[in-house]
Amino acid sequence: MPDPGEIELNRRALMVAAGACAALPAMGANARSQPAPVGTPVLADVSFSVNGQQHALAIDTRTTLLDALREHLHLTGTKKGCDHGQCGACTVIVDGQRINSCLTLAIMHQSASVTTIEGLGTADNLHPMQAAFVKHDGFQCGYCTPGQICSGVAMLDEIKAGIPSHVTADLTTAAAVSEAEIRERMSGNICRCGAYSNIVEAMTEVAGRQG
Amino acid sequence: MRAFTYERATSPAAAAKAAAGTRGAKFIAGGTNLLDLMKLQIETPSHVIDVNGLKLDTIEAAPEGGLRIGALVRNTALAADERVRRDYGVLSRALLAGASGQLRNRATTAGNLLQRTRCPYFYDTAQPCNKREPGSGCSALGGFSRQLGIIGTSDACIATHPSDMAVAMRALDATIETVKPDASTRTMPIAELHRAPGSTPHLETTLAPGELITAVTLPRPAGGTQIYRKVRDRASYAFALVSVAAIIQRDGSGQVALGGIAPKPWRVEAAEAELPRGGKAAAAALLNGARPTRENAFKLMLAERTLGAVLSEARA
Repeated sequence: MPDPGEIELNRRALMVAAGACAALPAMGANARSQPAPVGTPVLADVSFSVNGQQHALAIDTRTTLLDALREHLHLTGTKKGCDHGQCGACTVIVDGQRINSCLTLAIMHQSASVTTIEGLGTADNLHPMQAAFVKHDGFQCGYCTPGQICSGVAMLDEIKAGIPSHVTADLTTAAAVSEAEIRERMSGNICRCGAYSNIVEAMTEVAGRQG
Repeated sequence: MRAFTYERATSPAAAAKAAAGTRGAKFIAGGTNLLDLMKLQIETPSHVIDVNGLKLDTIEAAPEGGLRIGALVRNTALAADERVRRDYGVLSRALLAGASGQLRNRATTAGNLLQRTRCPYFYDTAQPCNKREPGSGCSALGGFSRQLGIIGTSDACIATHPSDMAVAMRALDATIETVKPDASTRTMPIAELHRAPGSTPHLETTLAPGELITAVTLPRPAGGTQIYRKVRDRASYAFALVSVAAIIQRDGSGQVALGGIAPKPWRVEAAEAELPRGGKAAAAALLNGARPTRENAFKLMLAERTLGAVLSEARA
């Protein structure tokens, strides 16, 4: 019988490769492989909380928040898609706001409070958005899903806070949840499997339950 | 990414001083454009000065009746501010037409003004680009130029300024406030911030080395009907082919700036006398002297029609 650890590793490697292939066509003109790091690493200290747990790190100043989460804290739920802010797979919630964790340095987040997909729910106790994705089949390969879910949770909070969007008809009144609003506000999360209609259904259901 | 040292600035003047006194220093605020470019080694700072702690993140009433927007106010916060939505709708609309929700949550007011072009040849380090590597040539002139500039460009560079926000601010006659390394401050009209490329497209602004933008001030509300119309290849999360920021008064007069077509937000005050005569006349005056490529000549017609549509909407 193979070592379960080995199976897990292989499965992960496969998922990373699949995700990379899936993300490529969406990345546009400025997406290309990154040159190798150059220069002597400079280390800096930073501490922040992730999913309620405090972490202190001494890391290369170049480390993005995404790499700090995945490579240093081993929270691999947050995915690296394009690594250039174009696909949204790396979306996490920092101090209540959704951001691309690939386009921010870990050391810029001293004392911040970070929520990743691991902090939203567990397999036994799903977050309502996670449950709605399962119910509405809001994914196929699943690679964009953690980013979609973190983005969706914070997106509904943005609507609740009265933040307008490009499709909000009247800037002087608060936007209501609608398919058009959800689609516009989620345009920073790409799904190469094209599960969009089911993703919108899942988010609409969660919004309705909250309303 | 190249290795760099890092510091958190403690005051705007200290940040400017540190930037001027440290070779290869760059400010970082939202980081959404700078880190993208650092990963590709298009930007290679050896020292990064984090200005996020400078408390320049408030929007206050200005003494002259306008609004003073701190340099670190995030794009989401600016677009959602009640005063901006009520009195400067064109600015709120322009912000909401740009980027994605995640990016707007991080991107700052000053960073948005200073973002670099998205010309594909600027991003492709295997190709010559006068902006990235002065004197190396322009690949865009004979290349894929559909997205690129049609006016205000030069034989050295046809890149566009990618911002939506800046186009609205130009139409609104915003003023930029800065602090210099010697702690002196100055203000300038937004029209004077961005340079024409000429033979030095790598010099994009009139800011001195180390000079830090601290605020953007909007004048007293201009009233009128305020519209931002953006034409792009996707319904969301794409840069403008052409955009129009307009403040149109009941008598047909107004202020208009265009995005997606030039190295800076494109406004020609003298052309605004033509606005009451309609989009065709106003566009002809605005775009006088345009030098499109074969691939982007369509932008002339697109700009004229977009402006016409905006003027019709304002009249309706």
